[in-house]
Amino acid sequence: MNPTLLTSQGPSLFSADGLAGLIFLIMVAVMLLGGLMACTSERLVRSVAGLVVCFVGVAGIFYYLNSPFIAVMEMLIYVGAVSITISFAIMLAAPEQSKKIGPSGPLAGPLGFLTAGLAFGGLAVLGCRTVWPVQAKINSGSMETIGVRLLNEYSMVFELVSLVLLVAILGALILARSGRNH
Amino acid sequence: MSLTLLNVIVAVFIAIAFAALNAAYLVWAERRGAARIQRRPGPNINGPFGLFQPPLDGVKLMAKQLLIPGDVDKILFMVAPVLAMAPAITSFVTIPFSSHIVGHNMHIGILLVFAFASMGGMALLLAGWSSRNKYSVMSSVRAVSQAIAYEIPMLITAITIVMITGTTDLMGIVKAQTGGFWHWNIFPFKAGLFNPLMLMSFLIFFICSLAETNRAPFDLGEAESELVAGFHTEYGSMGFGLFFMGEYANIVIGASLTTILFLGGWDCPFGLFPGVWWFLLKIYLLIATFIWIRWTFPRTTIYGLLNLSWKILIPASLFNLLLTAGLLKVF
Repeated sequence: MNPTLLTSQGPSLFSADGLAGLIFLIMVAVMLLGGLMACTSERLVRSVAGLVVCFVGVAGIFYYLNSPFIAVMEMLIYVGAVSITISFAIMLAAPEQSKKIGPSGPLAGPLGFLTAGLAFGGLAVLGCRTVWPVQAKINSGSMETIGVRLLNEYSMVFELVSLVLLVAILGALILARSGRNH
Repeated sequence: MSLTLLNVIVAVFIAIAFAALNAAYLVWAERRGAARIQRRPGPNINGPFGLFQPPLDGVKLMAKQLLIPGDVDKILFMVAPVLAMAPAITSFVTIPFSSHIVGHNMHIGILLVFAFASMGGMALLLAGWSSRNKYSVMSSVRAVSQAIAYEIPMLITAITIVMITGTTDLMGIVKAQTGGFWHWNIFPFKAGLFNPLMLMSFLIFFICSLAETNRAPFDLGEAESELVAGFHTEYGSMGFGLFFMGEYANIVIGASLTTILFLGGWDCPFGLFPGVWWFLLKIYLLIATFIWIRWTFPRTTIYGLLNLSWKILIPASLFNLLLTAGLLKVF
């Protein structure tokens, strides 16, 4: 995040930088709002809706970071496919009338707040103490460079990811088949 | 920056106006076309040829009370129609109508259109679920499973075109097809690429755009006899109107994409006066075909529909992708 945004010497709101910063803040707000909706709502479908809002915020951040390809892919895959699959799963698996789930487990209640506070504090201290060097632009971030990199330098990772997908598909097939016999 | 920002704002306004106008008058065209095919008059009272019917319908829809049934999930119920309309309008911003008329040309334009089109499924799902009506839920699940099934061959076909033209820029795709109709991607006479299956590719894309927009013969999501109406059963007044406008805006986008990918965009078939009029002529011819198909073909069943996609269209489009890749490598 651009540190000048928070100081009084930052760019004026109506300059290009100011508008970009405003858009960044809006996207962060959208992301946080979506995350809160996903975590706090009692109905699962509302949680999925929150997740979609959060994904849109993430896509906005990617767009802000000058990689429109990743942003569009975030929309296409996460909003268009993953969320719909999740909501299908919810509709098929769980009855939508959710019961109010009371506090349970050792991490609920004050201890939970403590854990969350510790995690938040630790991350905040780390984030503030670390010096964030501004990286030089690695490459253009366009579709061509991503494709070339994926199929040359990172081809191993690429293939491993497809292996994970294969395992997931096989697992789903086995689950579906065993379900059919019973 | 300020100039491009202004451009985008103006483009969004024009896109909204274009989408709304098209939605209104395509409903009129649809009703007139249906009436002509079924040998009845259709809307012909208000104005010449019933041309005043769409604004009157709009006034009627907007003047109606916005009823929200008691049991629905209010927030999602109200968000869903907006979510159905907004992505469709956003897609218009990047569609090039001619070499000069484009809101904001992006080098990943085709991906952007598909990304926003895929958001429509979420809107249908939320509409069906939040209505708290089992028929609405069933209908939205039908519509969305259909949309997902047909998105795959559509994307594969689009990838084929991207491979042939070597760009994801919608303007670039059109520019790669200039100079007479034999340069269009639909015809297999392209220099250096003799792919006889391009016509089939075009058919796959056209069928997918029919199915993506839930048009007959693939309108399984709307069935009066089985599902009361569809995912919009509980919606009245402008909520219903927004769903309808979203549907027609999606039809225009589907026709525009088909035109850009296969029919040379704003290019003239004989190399004369290329311009926005050719583009509009092509998309309205395609839309007329949409209407013609809707009122002449009986609807399929849900199994036939899903089988068509998973067992015929996806393998065929994958085969064409492989063939195109091989031909590009050979020539």
